Amino acid sequence: MNQVWIAIIAVVVAPFIGGLLAGIDRKLTARLQGRYGPPILQPFYDFFKLLGKSKIATNRTQFIWLIAYLVFMITCLVFLVLQQDLLLLVFLLGFAGISFVLAGFSTKSPYSHFGANRELMQILSYEPILLLFALAVYAQNGSFMISSIMENSTPLLISLWPVFIALVIALTIKMRKSPFDIATSHHGHQELVKGIMTEISGPYYALVTLTEWYELVLVLGLIALFWSNPLWVGILIALGAFILELLIDNVNARLTGGLMVRICWAAALILCVLNILYIYFMRGVA
Amino acid sequence: MGIIQTSQVKSPWILHFCNSSCNGCDIEVLACLTPLYDVERFGIVNMGNPKHADVMVVTGPVNYRTARVLKNLYNQIPDPKMVIAVGACASTGGVFHNCYNILGGVDKVIPVDVYVPGCAARPEAIIDGVVLALQKLSKAVGVAK
Repeated sequence: MNQVWIAIIAVVVAPFIGGLLAGIDRKLTARLQGRYGPPILQPFYDFFKLLGKSKIATNRTQFIWLIAYLVFMITCLVFLVLQQDLLLLVFLLGFAGISFVLAGFSTKSPYSHFGANRELMQILSYEPILLLFALAVYAQNGSFMISSIMENSTPLLISLWPVFIALVIALTIKMRKSPFDIATSHHGHQELVKGIMTEISGPYYALVTLTEWYELVLVLGLIALFWSNPLWVGILIALGAFILELLIDNVNARLTGGLMVRICWAAALILCVLNILYIYFMRGVA
Repeated sequence: MGIIQTSQVKSPWILHFCNSSCNGCDIEVLACLTPLYDVERFGIVNMGNPKHADVMVVTGPVNYRTARVLKNLYNQIPDPKMVIAVGACASTGGVFHNCYNILGGVDKVIPVDVYVPGCAARPEAIIDGVVLALQKLSKAVGVAK
């Protein structure tokens, strides 16, 4: 019964945290660009405004995939707060991403198709990092369960810091931030209209915004796992990573998709694989 | 006013469309987005996509080629929506009003809510126009609910 309440509270509270973080994101970005910036609550205004817009449907299949995107993301979050299997969480997160891609492919707009193709490339880039993160946790703790991370008194960050760096790169893609923001083009409006979001409008765009807030909280939660004892240090590290992403967003130009895949795979293969090999090597020596 | 009505006034996303203007007004519209004027502090964001926009900012006189595009873009914006005609040309046709290829102002093709005069319209005037459109919008949604 206790677990049910934890899950319900997490599902209700997460959008508020995600929306506030998005508001801080916009305010900080504006300040970094020398502007005054919108109020912190601006993402919530945008969200409720989008709920009030009329629905324009080009293809009804799209809505099913968007709802699937939201449901899978919420499931991932519930997995995290109930301290379930990390590997299964990564697979579910992968399927959530694929649902979004299918939503992009289910319309006829060429911009939407371009965006969906690029979203696939983003998934191709960050998915190995998440998978190797789960494997590294297994190598360290001997279990994929998040509860085993929480019980472990030594923080993961000490032995898994290369994986942490790789995960921060994945966070840039997940937050759709500048060097790797190629699918939705938050900033480059003229290039792809709005990428994968082009055909998603009104209340369904609000749905995607909501999912992105859940996603932000989820990925920051995964980063917080690196220092789970005490957890507040981990949360501070996650917030630090969030602010670091904003800095990276504002000092970088966007890269091409091919470069993104190359950089991410280099980071994933070199940092994560070496880290995992090192853990097993040290265990063999000892 | 409910929370959705309040939000509609606080978060107008703009679609900027240039008919056949001399680009004077376009530059002034984009000047509003720079750090000096920073319209994002009112929640105004420049969107490249009509399906995400609330307010359509049109510059320049309508000619026979852009009339079709203008109507198409207007129809793609989900309700509730507002149209602002920026500059003398968009309002009446301006110096081009008797040209053989010009239909006239934007209101010849789509309903216009706010006219911002000027050649070119100053950024302050454009921001004023958006605020006026928002007041009109809040009155409209207030009456509707």
